[in-house]
Amino acid sequence: MADRSAFSPESLTENRLLYWIAAGLAVVMLAPVIWIVGLSLKNNQELMLGTEAVFRAPYTLKNYADIFVNSQVFGWFLNSMIVAVGQTLGVLTLCSLAGYAFARLEFPFRRTIFILVLFGLAVPEQAVIIARHQMFNWFGLHNTHIALMLPGMSSAFGVFLMTQFFRAIPREIDEAAMLDNTSQFRIFWKVLLPLTMPAQATLGIFTFLLAWNDYWWPLISATKKEMFTLTIGIASSQTNFAQSEGLGFLSAQAIFASLPVVIVYIFFQRHIVTAVSGGAVK
Amino acid sequence: MAESYRRSRWSHALFVVPYLIVFLTLLVFPLFWGMWLSLNKVDLFGGAEFVGLRQYARVLSDPVFHQAVRNTVIFVAVSVPVLVGLGLFLALALNRKTRGAAFLRGLYFSSTILSVTIVTLIWRIVFIPNDGLMALIFAGLGWEPIGFLSTKGWSLFSVGVATVWWCIGLPMMLLLAALQQIPADLYEAAALDNASKGRILTRITLPSIKPTIMLVAVIQIVMQFQLFGQALLMTNGGPAGTSRPIVMYIYETAFIRWDVGLGAAASEILFVIILCAAMLQYWISTRKEEV
Repeated sequence: MADRSAFSPESLTENRLLYWIAAGLAVVMLAPVIWIVGLSLKNNQELMLGTEAVFRAPYTLKNYADIFVNSQVFGWFLNSMIVAVGQTLGVLTLCSLAGYAFARLEFPFRRTIFILVLFGLAVPEQAVIIARHQMFNWFGLHNTHIALMLPGMSSAFGVFLMTQFFRAIPREIDEAAMLDNTSQFRIFWKVLLPLTMPAQATLGIFTFLLAWNDYWWPLISATKKEMFTLTIGIASSQTNFAQSEGLGFLSAQAIFASLPVVIVYIFFQRHIVTAVSGGAVK
Repeated sequence: MAESYRRSRWSHALFVVPYLIVFLTLLVFPLFWGMWLSLNKVDLFGGAEFVGLRQYARVLSDPVFHQAVRNTVIFVAVSVPVLVGLGLFLALALNRKTRGAAFLRGLYFSSTILSVTIVTLIWRIVFIPNDGLMALIFAGLGWEPIGFLSTKGWSLFSVGVATVWWCIGLPMMLLLAALQQIPADLYEAAALDNASKGRILTRITLPSIKPTIMLVAVIQIVMQFQLFGQALLMTNGGPAGTSRPIVMYIYETAFIRWDVGLGAAASEILFVIILCAAMLQYWISTRKEEV
């Protein structure tokens, strides 16, 4: 160890055997997906005779074309987009405002309110979902986009995350702005908010994924077929597939429905891992 | 100038009001309203009659609920060690700065972002009797085919396989983050002693990330106690309720049979279980920071 700069802890912890086992196990991760992609490229009638047909040509894109002809799936896709984008914008707005105030401003009961909000992190969905369902019923809000968006906006995680981020910005920055007698809202809007863009991206992507993948709430709130999100719609069309009826079409639907999140994942992997890990640890 | 900024003002609270309105109406109020519902007999038209703790007595004496609790506990007891163990294995194996390791990390995490509908659709197709990928593999190995989703014992197991496939990314990533925070000087000392790789693993690496292993285990307990979509979509709780978890019991009583009070009482019981686990999580994570 004469040359300390050459020391690397990796050389002591890396294990080639473990690495290659992990690489081999990746086949288990991938095999189901490859299987589905294969099925989605096959003619449904051919699959009815036996799914081994996957291993031989001909392949076709007809199942994907059928998604666009079958307007229902496309409508569900639009619903999912509206709900996920709407919920994301709502969460970003509410949480940025609240996070700024909790991190930077003084007001009566600030600490108490913040702790109360943090308690919200411990409330699981099933503890509130029955009451929520009744409340939305009182106001006749079920089967609307707004009903699908709203509950997700009450999540305390975003407030927690944004508060942490505003706290991490050096105080000198807003104090310099205050010398010019700038209003609080202008400081928030013009000076600090642009600095929180990485946090906005993390929280935004995280919220989008949660909203896109949400299952239980849309299952009970959207009962009309035309109000289904993609998650619920695809679940509803799986009912009688044991006879491998339309297996290729079902597989194509699964691929189509996961495309947006897969694309988001490929481009923003780092943000997603940060957000999901942070969301779990809180 | 900075003085007035730090002064406590009611007007400053305006920034938190929009969120607080949503928080109070959609989280705090339903939480307490749910508790109230669990003390009532609610009919389809929203009429309620106060019945005290009678709904709790009904839940606790319901054999279907007992079965659901048993299923959930078995599921948690088996899936959590697998998720933590496999997560730890992957974290140790993939904690290196190569492109290949980065790709594999991305791959193992990728299933986490899929929705439960897609995950179950994929695995249902894989598990189809006779024609599924699993049946083809079994046939190739010369084994008897199994109705994975319709056989007692196998159905909950199959839900577990899909769940591990879906959830493995998070434990791996959390443990990787912990591994990367182990101070390099610890290893430097070990290198001077010429310690073997096995000793370094058991004496330095594992003890250093022990708090995170505990934390990951508790997070998984909280998450897996809430098993729902996979069971509903893959097996519908069957056969004979052997794969029905607690949350599915709540869903069925409250939203299929519209026995709202009973469902609310069951959800409060689960809430208490999860709260205990969450408090354990908080306790471990605060202790972790002190270390």
